[in-house]
Amino acid sequence: MTVTDDFLDALDDLDVSHDRTTLADLPATLADAVTDPAVGVPLHVDASLPGSVATTFTPSELQDAATGVTPARLGIAEYGSVVIRSSAGGDEPLSLYPERHVAVLDAADVVATGRDAVDWLASEVAAGRGSHVLATGASATADMGGLVEGVHGPNEVHVVLVEADTE
Amino acid sequence: MSSERKQKAAQLRHLLETEGPLIGPKVSSKNRDRYAAAERFDAWDSTRDEARAIKEAAIADLPELLEQLRESVEANGGTVYVADDAADANRYVTELCDEQGAETLVKSKSMTTEELELNDALAAAGVDTYETDLGEFVIQLAEESPSHIVGPALHKSREEIADLLNATFEPDEPLETAEEMTRFARDYLGERIREADVGVTGANFVFAESGSMALVTNEGNARKCAVTPDTHVAVTGIEKILPSVDDFGPFVDLISKAATGQDISRYVSLFTPPVASPTLDFESDEPIEFGEATAERDDPDDDRAFHLVLVDNGRTELREDDQLRETLYCIRCGACSNSCANFQAVGGHGFGGETYSGGIATGWEAGVHGMDSAAEFNDLCTGCSRCVDACPVKIDIPWINTVVRDRLNRDADPDTFDHLVDGLSPDEEPSGLALDKRLFGNFERLAKLGSATAPVSNWLADAGPARAAMERVLGVDRRRDLPRFRRETLVDWFDDRGPRVAADDASREAVLYPDAYTNYVLVDRGKAAVRALEALDVRVHVPRVRSSGRAPLSQGMISTAEDHAHHVYAGLAEHIDAGRDVVVVEPSALAMFEREYERLLAPESADRLADASYEVMEYVYGLLENGGSPDALGSPPEAVAYHSHCQGRTLDLEPYTVAVLEACGATVRTSDVECCGMAGSFGYKESYYELSMDVGEELADQFAGEPVVAASGTSCQEQLDALLGGEVPHAVELIAP
Repeated sequence: MTVTDDFLDALDDLDVSHDRTTLADLPATLADAVTDPAVGVPLHVDASLPGSVATTFTPSELQDAATGVTPARLGIAEYGSVVIRSSAGGDEPLSLYPERHVAVLDAADVVATGRDAVDWLASEVAAGRGSHVLATGASATADMGGLVEGVHGPNEVHVVLVEADTE
Repeated sequence: MSSERKQKAAQLRHLLETEGPLIGPKVSSKNRDRYAAAERFDAWDSTRDEARAIKEAAIADLPELLEQLRESVEANGGTVYVADDAADANRYVTELCDEQGAETLVKSKSMTTEELELNDALAAAGVDTYETDLGEFVIQLAEESPSHIVGPALHKSREEIADLLNATFEPDEPLETAEEMTRFARDYLGERIREADVGVTGANFVFAESGSMALVTNEGNARKCAVTPDTHVAVTGIEKILPSVDDFGPFVDLISKAATGQDISRYVSLFTPPVASPTLDFESDEPIEFGEATAERDDPDDDRAFHLVLVDNGRTELREDDQLRETLYCIRCGACSNSCANFQAVGGHGFGGETYSGGIATGWEAGVHGMDSAAEFNDLCTGCSRCVDACPVKIDIPWINTVVRDRLNRDADPDTFDHLVDGLSPDEEPSGLALDKRLFGNFERLAKLGSATAPVSNWLADAGPARAAMERVLGVDRRRDLPRFRRETLVDWFDDRGPRVAADDASREAVLYPDAYTNYVLVDRGKAAVRALEALDVRVHVPRVRSSGRAPLSQGMISTAEDHAHHVYAGLAEHIDAGRDVVVVEPSALAMFEREYERLLAPESADRLADASYEVMEYVYGLLENGGSPDALGSPPEAVAYHSHCQGRTLDLEPYTVAVLEACGATVRTSDVECCGMAGSFGYKESYYELSMDVGEELADQFAGEPVVAASGTSCQEQLDALLGGEVPHAVELIAP
């Protein structure tokens, strides 16, 4: 089992769907993965968002968006978490407000454990990037008399794993 | 006194009928999920040690960390305010709202703001405040207080919540399902968040080096409250400060597993505010102005303001209190509540004070609200110690409860009835100690008298008028069967009989410790233990040694317990020097040797006794592992249902009994309840008899129809006798020849 396999297994356990793609195919993969209307944060990998994903929009358009696409800066195999950086690019609200969150993760950025992720967080904080969220599955509550997914945050999370092109 | 006890009993009876049945299954299920999550995580115990060490150091260094944190937050562009007490904190937050002209404020869940009663202060200042955690939202609408520190509305049924929402909001279609209600609350509260001027959150951890803070949530509301309004106010206790994000790892791994049995919560947020995330004005039609998503540094958005309100409110005094300091290590996960049989039965409105609930609440309430609040529920901790295993930072929660009980005893008014139990009580306690506590705390003395005058003492105790008087004056519930003292004690029996294994033939020598229950009441289990050990070639001694001090300790009589500890050690030290093992039948006595004596004896003495001591079935297991043959023992019944004593569970003793019974040919089924509910004297007390029986019912249900039920503790045996009818033996009686 590789760390990627562990990560994908953990996603399955959380009912988080995923695609595996390459950098070249990423825009097409994303175009299929989003539900319109979609908004997005410019990606941290060398690829563009598909045309159907808006990068300029008003707060109410954010509120009404069906999908938010953001970079995921790290994946944690132990927990199936993706790490979203709270940057000026709006990763935090875009991963939070729309019903569906699509997280784009470079397969090279998957670490094994929560402790690895905290080590990485500490180095990020030291570098002046001090705000991140470890997001694990959809938002959830049991406060209304039964377990419900999709509360203040998304009720669907989809991970797009970008792997090196081996061809 | 009697009417006070009846009032307490009535209050608990009400909760047993109303909130208990709703909260019990939910917290029991979280408790089982915690076990499963800990089982899945290899490093559970070592991570708890790490977390504990970090908290110990952080509390020791608190003044320096506080200054470092202030500098870091200010360097980041935020403001720090250290509030001396609730009024000071509330004044700061309301003045801030006033300065900003804030009309509405949204909050994520925070027990610290419950402690401050911040919402009342905001209402008085004219600020509309909305709780956005759905549990808190329900509690706010119902105008109630949280019944659990993690799940504030666990005492409410889905139907009650639906009625509340339908009556408050009168939706076109009445809400019914959890999905419908969640959707409704999300939409309603989403609007409140989008229009709010200020967002208030708590903080699970704060990091001094970088001025960062962490929030652990599932719903996503805390994230929204922190980043949607321009102004973010985080309110938290000063004890939440850790040195740096490097220390965060163990807590990420532990907190969710301990709290809800999730491997990790849905959102573990690390913020270093003011954050770079752009502010969102939902009334504006202008596009959001985003910055560079891949910038080198995430510098604060210019429109953001951040205030960190650090609340003292008694915490500095707690920090200086050698006995209660570890309360401050608490990470507010609620595992002590979930693992507590009494909490499962009545919930936090019974087992709680002004703000906090569950085992650790005694420390918090004593620290932040004072002894009166702690006194309201302190007796509900029976010292069963199941929370000790549950706590992710290894706080000795039973000890905190014992210390507070001791202090409450010392503050009590002298009671006019003291003379009634004076003959029983050559104890070390102040006059004014409640009579029931003095009676049960001096159990050894009572047992000695009862045994010397048996069977007349038993007949007298059984007589109707005597029981009525005991209930009225001493608070001993008349529905409970009293222990029946035996005329011939175990020590006397053994003195007459002598050891049966010659020194030359012995594989080992052991002292069978005659705890007061085994010596005076359940003598047969002591005899069985002697026979079982002798069958495996152990030369047994049964010396006259004082009782362990468990009885006085459980009444909060620490000085008396300490006096017992010194005598017990003096009585056993020479045996240990002679190479004899100390074998203990009663798990609550062994738990004294293994756990509490650390606090009552010189460290080396406590270690020596603990190292030499074994529970009787653990010892038999060791003998069998080292070549002893089960054939030398008796044959147990084919099927045995076994309930392990709560403190025995904490010492991980259950597997030994199961293994020995199995080695002797029995199949064994074990219970999975945390405690039988009897807990020494607890189930005898008029105030708590019904709660005790209610807790016991779950165990009785698990063992219904079992032909042979065995237990290990005196209390468990007595409780199961009462619940199932008939005699419930100690497991050693089933394997003794």
